[in-house]
Amino acid sequence: MTYVVIAFLWASIWLYLLLGGADFGAGILELFTSKKHQKNTRKTVYRVIGPVWEANHMWLIIAIVILFVGFPDIYTTMSIHMHIPLVLMLFGIIARGTAFAFRHYDAVVDDMQTLYNKIFQYSSFITPFFLGIIAASTVSGSIDTESTDFLNAYIFSWFNWFGIAVGFFTVAICGFLAAIFIIGETDTEEDKKRFIKKAKYMNIGAVISGSLVFIIAYLEQIPLIDWIFGNVVGIVAITAATVSLIILWRTIEQKRTVLLRILAGFQVTMILLAITWEHFPNIIMLKNGNYLSLIENAGHEKAIASLAYALLIGSLFILPALYYLIYSFQKKGK
Amino acid sequence: MDDFLAARSQMALSLGFHIIFSCIGMVMPFFMAVSHFYYLKTKKQVYKNITKAWSKGVAIFFATGAVSGTALSFELGLLWPEFMKHAGPIFGMPFSLEGTAFFIEAIALGFFLYGWDRFNPWFHWVTGLVVGISGIVSGILVVAANAWMNSPAGFDYINGEYLNIDPIKAMFNDAWFSQALHMSIAAFCATGFAVAGVHAFMILKKKNIEFHAKSFKIAATFACIAALVQPLSGDISAKDVAKRQPAKLAAMEAHFQTERRAPFIIGGIPDEKNKKVDYAIKIPGLLSFITYGDINAEVKGLDQIPEEHHPPVAITHYAFQIMVGLGMIMMLISLLYFYQLWKKKEILSTKWLLKLFAIATPMGFIAVEAGWTVTEVGRQPWIIYNVMKTSEAVTPMPGIVYSFYIFTVIYLSLSFVVGFMLYRQIKMVDKIYDIPNDSVQKH
Ligand code: HDD
Ligand code: HEM
Ligand code: HEM
Repeated sequence: MTYVVIAFLWASIWLYLLLGGADFGAGILELFTSKKHQKNTRKTVYRVIGPVWEANHMWLIIAIVILFVGFPDIYTTMSIHMHIPLVLMLFGIIARGTAFAFRHYDAVVDDMQTLYNKIFQYSSFITPFFLGIIAASTVSGSIDTESTDFLNAYIFSWFNWFGIAVGFFTVAICGFLAAIFIIGETDTEEDKKRFIKKAKYMNIGAVISGSLVFIIAYLEQIPLIDWIFGNVVGIVAITAATVSLIILWRTIEQKRTVLLRILAGFQVTMILLAITWEHFPNIIMLKNGNYLSLIENAGHEKAIASLAYALLIGSLFILPALYYLIYSFQKKGK
Repeated sequence: MDDFLAARSQMALSLGFHIIFSCIGMVMPFFMAVSHFYYLKTKKQVYKNITKAWSKGVAIFFATGAVSGTALSFELGLLWPEFMKHAGPIFGMPFSLEGTAFFIEAIALGFFLYGWDRFNPWFHWVTGLVVGISGIVSGILVVAANAWMNSPAGFDYINGEYLNIDPIKAMFNDAWFSQALHMSIAAFCATGFAVAGVHAFMILKKKNIEFHAKSFKIAATFACIAALVQPLSGDISAKDVAKRQPAKLAAMEAHFQTERRAPFIIGGIPDEKNKKVDYAIKIPGLLSFITYGDINAEVKGLDQIPEEHHPPVAITHYAFQIMVGLGMIMMLISLLYFYQLWKKKEILSTKWLLKLFAIATPMGFIAVEAGWTVTEVGRQPWIIYNVMKTSEAVTPMPGIVYSFYIFTVIYLSLSFVVGFMLYRQIKMVDKIYDIPNDSVQKH
């Protein structure tokens, strides 16, 4: 049963990264759009993510609930030592969600719109950035559970160059996902070209920040390379991601929306797989060298079992409905 | 302010903020479903306008409700890690089911808000209804989690360890039913009075009379039925509290001494030092009657509870008085409303009644906030009743005070913006929906 729950945890993080990520990416793209095209970008973005944005963010809630019901030690450690980045990410979520709704539903269109847009764009950037920082600190062994000193326990547990690099990498990935996703939803050839260009920039951004991640990991003596390339799955996953990236750029000009999306999604999946595989079942590495493990630190048996049933039954309802929602609103917007 | 107080205040602030949006999120879909239904049946444009105008307001509330709820699911861990560490696995069942309910709600909402003229009209109608039903279900589930804090069940607490966990038993604890029932009715009562009040006000201002009159009727009907049954369900709650949390009941009633033929206290200023209530109206025997159905029954007072386990009496007492007082006023308004309907009086011309409704706009929500204050403050000093103290649960991280200040600013500005947008929304009604109201739309 523990494995069922872990699978759901992985899946909800994965889906949050893909769907929620594309959602954040839409705001990031807006941020990097010239004034001239902003309105157009905004309209496209709205049409694509409007109906699904609430659902996309539910994956985060599911992941949180799985953590506190199934893995309370892990949840508690995170919420104590990652308090500050979690709050900052939370501010991003609050600002973004409300600004997104406000700018669309405000009955009067005036200067307030500019404010909503600004908030939406910047918080779309901030949220995945801190998500990246939090993720980085779980694997980089920076969480210091023994220190009683404020800086060590609550700041340097997450605030370091490695985390910042991963933060930027996450942002770039989100932008990339969004651009690829939106390419298939554009109305005109011109728009399509614009989003292809954006996808390229974001891809370059991801490569640069990704390299930074490795460089900093090397400098800070985090054995990232060993982790990822030290096992077959890691190597295969990264190779597959690279190959799919090449295919993606070769086919991007063709009108194969679905293929593009699958390729982009596949890449992100492979990256997540490569990162999580080596450590499994350990999910948090602490400064003192100890691990928190999804198996050893799993909660009570009965709690896990009932959680697993709740998730299984829930997904019977959710997945078909979600699929139908996404299906219904694709392309029908015109 | 110390960090512990700051953490409690931040939690209370966030919950107090969220509950408003969740009430609206639970109830408005039903109002919309009714007017949407009338529209589909009669094809009268005005009903479509009402549905659309409401759904715009609701979309704003939904977004705010969703983010403030997300904030809460973070804050439970951020502020009370020690509590969540032990409680999470036990009371997690309703939360994990709630995930499904939220999801269905979010999906159905996507269909409903963006699905006008895209789907079969009745499919579209049903998606709106599903939003409401899953909202209520998620409300009931969270309240069941809260009820567990009041009435812990489904585990054995032995030497500081939580053993033999049974999440199902924990979910169906002794308090879940009375609390969930009372809360669900409260949501209808509060939202109904708020919506009816705004529309009554607009009728009085003679704006878009037909639009507002029809909206008023839908909201007022729900509100008044809820307000009539709410005291009954409150009575169930009170009897329940007397059984499981005598300290809370005593604090609600500022009942310091254990006695037979205990009086029901109205108003008054509790004096916690000298253990008495000044300036109160006392109705002898009524408290005994309400709690045990017998005017001579003995009601446990605070004197039977160790001093360090007393909840703050004054706050709990005032909050309880406010809730019950407002509940009585709303019940009276409802009686008047139904009396007028029964006499077949035209509500639109009974100005005084509309005025009453306009005045009552915030009452339901004030009662909701007061009621939660009773429940939560009355549980103090426990976070899990008789098992874990709130002070043991708080995060070790210093500096929560600053976090509290920042959250206060955020929630204040959010409330301000939401209020501002709502104001604009209502003001725009005549501009946006200025289509001849009784024209029948052809499809
Ligand atoms: C419209 C709102 C509203 C109205 C009119 C009332 N209540 Fe209430 N009350 C609530 C809204 C509420 C609430 C906010 O929904 C609470 C907080 C927790 C809960 O389950 O419901 C609550 C709690 C609550 C509790 C504590 C339950 C517990 O701790 O488990 C009691 C004893 C009562 N109520 C009793 C009453 C009585 C006797 C009323 C008579 C008029 C009344 N309420 C009207
Ligand atoms: C939305 C309606 C609710 C409101 C308005 C509300 C109100 C409050 C208030 C006023 C406090 C502070 C009490 C004090 O410190 O004296 C509090 C504390 C708390 N509440 Fe609630 N509450 C609500 C529902 C819930 C639910 C559903 C849960 C959890 C499932 C919950 C969990 C807590 C926790 C963990 C605390 C902090 C510990 C404590 O002070 O006891 N509350 N709430
Ligand atoms: C008695 C107290 C509560 C009630 C009645 C309640 C009810 C609701 C309802 C009906 C919604 C959906 C409507 C909307 O989005 O506006 C909602 C949203 C939400 N609530 Fe609460 N809630 C309560 C307390 C809590 C607590 C304590 C938590 C966290 C632990 C929480 C977490 C959430 C979340 C995450 C959402 C967003 C779901 C979405 O995106 O649709 N709620 N709540």
